[in-house]
Amino acid sequence: MQVNENFEPVIVAFCCNWCSYAGADLSGTNRLNYPTNVKIIRVPCSCRVNPIFILRAFQRGADGVIICGCHPGDCHYTSGNYFTRRRITLLYSMLDFLGIERNRTRLEWVSAAEGAKFAAVMNQFTEDVRKLGPNRRLEDLRCRKQ
Amino acid sequence: MQRIGVFVCHCGTNIAATVDVKAVAQALANEPGVVISQDYQYMCSESGQDLVKAAIKEHNLSGVVVCSCSPRMHENTFRKAASAAGLNPYLVEIANIREQCSWIHKDIASATEKAVVLGKAAVAKVHLNTPLTAGESPVVKRALVIGGGIAGIQTALDIAEAGFEVDIVEKEPTIGGKMAQIDKTFPTLDCAACILTPKMVEAAQNEKITIHSFSEISDVKGFVGNFTVTIKKKARFVDETKCTGCGLCTEKCPMKKVPNEFNMGLDNRTAVYIPFTQAVPKVATIDPNYCMMLKNGKCGICSKVCSVGAIDYKQTDRFVEQKYGAIVVATGFNPIKLDKYDEFAYSWCPDVVTSLELERLMNAAGPNGGTLLRPSDKKHPHTIVFVQCVGSRCDDEKGKPYCSKICCMYTAKHAMLIREKYPDTEVYVFYIDVRTPGKNFDEFYRRAVEQYGVHYIKGMVGKVSPKADGTIDVQASDLLSNEQLHIDADMVVLAAAIEPDKTARPLATMLTTQMDTNDFFTEAHPKLRPVESATAGIFLSGACQGPKDIPETVAQASAAAAKAIGLLCKNSITCNPCVAHSDELMCNGCSACEKVCPYGAITYQDKEFRMPDRTTAIRRVASVNPAVCQGCGACTVACPSGAMDLNGFSNSQIMSEVDAICK
Amino acid sequence: MNKNEKDWIDITSGVNVRKCMRCGKCTATCPSYAEMEYHPHQFVYMVEKGDIEPLLNSDSLYKCLTCFACVERCPRGVEPAKVVEAVRLTAVRKQGNNHLIPDQIPAMLDDDMPQQAIVTAFRKYTK
Repeated sequence: MQVNENFEPVIVAFCCNWCSYAGADLSGTNRLNYPTNVKIIRVPCSCRVNPIFILRAFQRGADGVIICGCHPGDCHYTSGNYFTRRRITLLYSMLDFLGIERNRTRLEWVSAAEGAKFAAVMNQFTEDVRKLGPNRRLEDLRCRKQ
Repeated sequence: MQRIGVFVCHCGTNIAATVDVKAVAQALANEPGVVISQDYQYMCSESGQDLVKAAIKEHNLSGVVVCSCSPRMHENTFRKAASAAGLNPYLVEIANIREQCSWIHKDIASATEKAVVLGKAAVAKVHLNTPLTAGESPVVKRALVIGGGIAGIQTALDIAEAGFEVDIVEKEPTIGGKMAQIDKTFPTLDCAACILTPKMVEAAQNEKITIHSFSEISDVKGFVGNFTVTIKKKARFVDETKCTGCGLCTEKCPMKKVPNEFNMGLDNRTAVYIPFTQAVPKVATIDPNYCMMLKNGKCGICSKVCSVGAIDYKQTDRFVEQKYGAIVVATGFNPIKLDKYDEFAYSWCPDVVTSLELERLMNAAGPNGGTLLRPSDKKHPHTIVFVQCVGSRCDDEKGKPYCSKICCMYTAKHAMLIREKYPDTEVYVFYIDVRTPGKNFDEFYRRAVEQYGVHYIKGMVGKVSPKADGTIDVQASDLLSNEQLHIDADMVVLAAAIEPDKTARPLATMLTTQMDTNDFFTEAHPKLRPVESATAGIFLSGACQGPKDIPETVAQASAAAAKAIGLLCKNSITCNPCVAHSDELMCNGCSACEKVCPYGAITYQDKEFRMPDRTTAIRRVASVNPAVCQGCGACTVACPSGAMDLNGFSNSQIMSEVDAICK
Repeated sequence: MNKNEKDWIDITSGVNVRKCMRCGKCTATCPSYAEMEYHPHQFVYMVEKGDIEPLLNSDSLYKCLTCFACVERCPRGVEPAKVVEAVRLTAVRKQGNNHLIPDQIPAMLDDDMPQQAIVTAFRKYTK
């Protein structure tokens, strides 16, 4: 497939308040660059991310969705990220069924100390999604930008 | 119609250098519901906050969006400002355009574009914000301490010192715990009883402290500040209020062959007994498994000799219900059972003992009156072998994966005491590593080697075989000289691993606190909140949280007490209003939310509902206790009917953010 | 070469030698300790280091009784006997290191030895 270098994907990142959002802040404090394509939504815990939010994002024209939470065992709410892990695994099989490329959704563990990891993950993910091209399969055509 | 104010901060040049702040303010001014959009040099400064306050009053704002630094930095500042201007603080949203925009991007055009999108998402969210009020729940000014060892006693004394009522619940007939069984303490070698028993007496005499000895927790209900606990006072067949502890019954009891738990079964006690002389409360207890009167109704001698008529064979378990504001868990530890370690011959050779048994053998109040004699033939041992890490640092099902922490030090103590008292005794210590971090600890261990001539051998004992002549063949490796050794020992002492008390796991279930795979209670944060459990209002003290020596236990006990006092000082607790709530009309009573809640905040109630046909029906619906809910949102996703939602991060709020970003 | 041998021993033994915490209980418990030049704990340690050549050339390989006392008692579940067995297999399967030459066979023969054993040994130890 031909990669359109000029394609700017829309990427929604869900970050848990305690680890990943703080990790994102840290990468800002350390001035570590990642593309402007990534827009972060703060949630209390990665387990607050309803798979419906992800589907909604794809429907509204997002090209990639990334969910970031605390490392397993480090969840502020003790067990939230384990729920996330299971839910996203199930979501993957549903997305497979719908024919949406698996690489458009990603689950990452980023701690509050891993600013560099956050930036690296976002760079990598943006590149991956850029290679995949625009998300057309689940996009609601009425939402398409003119 | 919403009236939203947008305030864009320059943060000096931190934001303004890469984001065209004025353009952001202009772009957001055109968003629906936005009535004012301003930019300012330093929004968090006094004058910046005044700007926000003035705008709230002037434009009668119903929502505020601040485009500035991370909400982790100044969300509270702006919430307070809004609150001061009469706007509900939870109607403020922050768009993070510094840490997550200006600082990471270099291109002004695209950074500005992103800042606008982040601003739009915040505006879209604030449209759906609802005023939230932090709830308050009253605090019962009484604490419960579960476990009456040194940890529990210290915690109770500290809480009582602060002026609060404390109850200690101890499952044994006396408080004191493991420390009461210990002979001497490291690294000072002062006598454990001499420092513990005054504390026990202090606890008994403190009018703020109530000791429920020979009692267990049978039920815990409620939440932080307002626990209702049922305490089961086990029948001891002696009236606690009448018994003076004179001990006449224990002298006259004909049933004298009961293994004495306090001396680790090394000698016998009577069926009616007081565990040890300094027991608190000093009250006799009848062991129903051995008492002939209770077993077959024949005897009754104790009742005849008791001058105050305290013996009551008809006593039954009693249940006491009490309300508490805070609970401190101090359930402590036990040495593990060694019956799976056949190679050490512990089960069948009486001269192979655990370290705790050695404590009793050496104790002046122990079975031999303080003279160290072999349990088998009561002879003086001339060669003693200590084996370290028996069951500790094991990767198999026989032992425990962790280091028990205290064994290196108490073995050095034992070795030193033996060499001091009986210089004709050779002492060998087989170690894997000697771990002695702690004040004066390594010096203590070195003293055992250098001054007392204890033989420390790097290696492990592989096999212990009792021989016909009464000695014990110890086959071991010496790794440093790469040899296999055989030592003819008179006694072998095993440093058994320690494990949490068996009562801890059912207790954790009742308290809805977390435990690790080893049954140690899990602290709320391993570094920053080491004495709190993740469940609000429940604190951890002593070895129930992990292996600890006495100084550490006492330090943690006082820390837990300080945390409990901090809670009890308050008349009421302010709750985080960003908690889950369930829409009772949508809830189908499936229990999915209840199962994922890590805090036990969700309960089910049968409620009466009016149905469309004007009948009433009783339906089972979820209800969230806002004082217990921490607002993680796990239940909101688990709910199949969409009844569960989270204040401040509602489904519709997050969806609208998603929509705004994708637009 | 060493690297390959180490990997091969890791795979054939199925033992993770890194789990060893150097307590020496395997050697303490070994009944054929006196016969061995290299002891069970040394097998584990030397395999971990990749120092396998001395082990391959040592008689200790054949002194291990495979009684599994060390496996039974190892607190970390390292299973030293399996490491010894794997080293033994490595030695046995090595090409060009004949452990049995045809000329030696007549001396070994006696009436009680089944012929099949000789053939098997010849097949196994002549590579």
